[in-house]
Amino acid sequence: MDATRLPLGPTVIGGAFLLIVPFVLPDWMKFIVTLAMAKFVAVLAVALFLRANQVTFGSAMFYAVGAYTVGFSVKWFHFGDMVVLLPVGALLGAGMAALVGLVMSRYREVFFAMLNLAFSMMLYGVLLKLYWLTGGTDGLGVGVPKFLGYVPPREYLRDFLYYTTLGVAGIVIYVVYRFLASPLGFYLRALGDNEIRIEYSGESVRHVMYVTYIVSGALGGVSGVLAAFTVGHIVPEYSFWIQSGDFVFVALLGGYASVLGPLIGSIAFEFIRTYASKYFPNEWQMTLGIIMLAIILFRPGGLWAIYESLASRFRRRSSEVPGA
Amino acid sequence: MRLVTTIVMDGTVFAAVLFLISVGLTLVFGVLRILNVAHGGLYAFGAFTATSLAVWLLGTGANPYLSYLMLLLAPVVVGVIAGPLIERVFLQRVYGRAEAIQVLLTFSIFLILDDLMKLIWGTKPLFVSEPYTLLGEFSLSGIRYSWYQVLLIAVAIVFGGILVWVVRGTHIGKIAISVINDREISQAIGINVNRIYMGSFTLGVFCAALGGALIAPTIAVAPGFAVDATVLAFAVIAIGGMGNLEGAALGALMVGLLRATAVHLLPEADLVVIYLAMIVVLVVRPQGLLGQLELRRI
Repeated sequence: MDATRLPLGPTVIGGAFLLIVPFVLPDWMKFIVTLAMAKFVAVLAVALFLRANQVTFGSAMFYAVGAYTVGFSVKWFHFGDMVVLLPVGALLGAGMAALVGLVMSRYREVFFAMLNLAFSMMLYGVLLKLYWLTGGTDGLGVGVPKFLGYVPPREYLRDFLYYTTLGVAGIVIYVVYRFLASPLGFYLRALGDNEIRIEYSGESVRHVMYVTYIVSGALGGVSGVLAAFTVGHIVPEYSFWIQSGDFVFVALLGGYASVLGPLIGSIAFEFIRTYASKYFPNEWQMTLGIIMLAIILFRPGGLWAIYESLASRFRRRSSEVPGA
Repeated sequence: MRLVTTIVMDGTVFAAVLFLISVGLTLVFGVLRILNVAHGGLYAFGAFTATSLAVWLLGTGANPYLSYLMLLLAPVVVGVIAGPLIERVFLQRVYGRAEAIQVLLTFSIFLILDDLMKLIWGTKPLFVSEPYTLLGEFSLSGIRYSWYQVLLIAVAIVFGGILVWVVRGTHIGKIAISVINDREISQAIGINVNRIYMGSFTLGVFCAALGGALIAPTIAVAPGFAVDATVLAFAVIAIGGMGNLEGAALGALMVGLLRATAVHLLPEADLVVIYLAMIVVLVVRPQGLLGQLELRRI
């Protein structure tokens, strides 16, 4: 699968579908799809590193930075304009990543995974313990967002959130696909295979890691802002390891080799979770674990690979001359 | 003075437990080169098994001193069942694959174990305090400690000593070292590498479960403490040097004392201090305090 080319057919069909679908969806489903698209942006950040064979168990740290950007902005400045806060969240996420990345770009594999975990759990600890600042486990309320100063009427708020998130997701898909098509994106893929070859060809591996880390931080920040407004309430769990684990799971489920795979994975995941927490709440993590085991052992490409093999089989069949 | 005694005592007790958990993790990493994220889950399994065995035994009206036997039996049960099962069924399928895949595999096993515990033992906390109270207490500069805490320290030291002796001083230990250094050459000279892998992993599981079983009488055993154990154990072996037994001891002592200091002087920062120490060590000395730099094989 060549992720440097955006598959035109599925993108147009999927985009059109997501544009039309809110007209028929009930409100609770609209909420789920919005949240799924918001988290998809953070999943893309994890998928970037998975392409380089690096796992991170701490990507939720930037997700939390984005969410608390909104929280503090509302709490201190009574300012909740979603369109303005999106780039601010991206900038703060990227800034935090630029700091943490100074350390992180030196590490790979197990160390990369666990150091990320350590950093995100440190942030979780701070958010949890600084009650006077963050509200501790109570979290912070976010309130109704504005859109460039405009306050949408209550009955259309869900639609405003939906289309804003869809628009941002579209922009992010384009940006990430441009990033992957750049020389740096190609080096990123090579990083998992042979680092020494990268150094020989004149690129610094640390530089590749560092830039990717900053991009992943910005993505996490954007995702956090979107999710904070969608849910309307933020808690320290945004930075908890389970959140990071969910992101990794979704990237695997959807298939990290493509840009669209995580989107499908994210929507599937939110629906699975809604029904699972209704019918078997105590076996939820076990369900995730078993699905993940099955994907790792039998279908490493995730849902997207299943779609691809179906599509190519269909194409082959339709190109055969009938009756020949 | 009193504060110093408390910190040293608390820290050492905590370090003993940390050492028991992390030595298994470092052993598995040393031989299999896989970071076993499910380690914390197995630690919790040890705690649950030990508690329910001891509760059952005391319920039959047996001599309460026999409960110590149950604390030792539990890790054997967990190790013998879970060790070969996980290694043969899952881990051996991903040897030689990308490290990301290996970590994700053990992560999914961790998720499964976490819910399995809730299914078997429910979500209510379990208690068995007899092994803790039976030994009595003593006082040190005015503060009362249980002899059980001293026992924990003793067990950690003796167990660590045995492990070092097995690895350095016995035939099987030398075979293991050869497998660590070069898997293919070891296979070529007739070593059954698969058996060494399975044995090491089982021993690692036993260590995790032993840590859990011994800590069980001092706490309320409830779901949810598994992940802390994984992360703490990783911090310990990252500080000491991954795959290094003495490193695990040094790391455990450092983390234990640091945390005890933080708990008594700055309680808000008890977790932050540990991660901070780990980050500082890794920035200054990426291979850990006692770790050796590894030559990169191409």
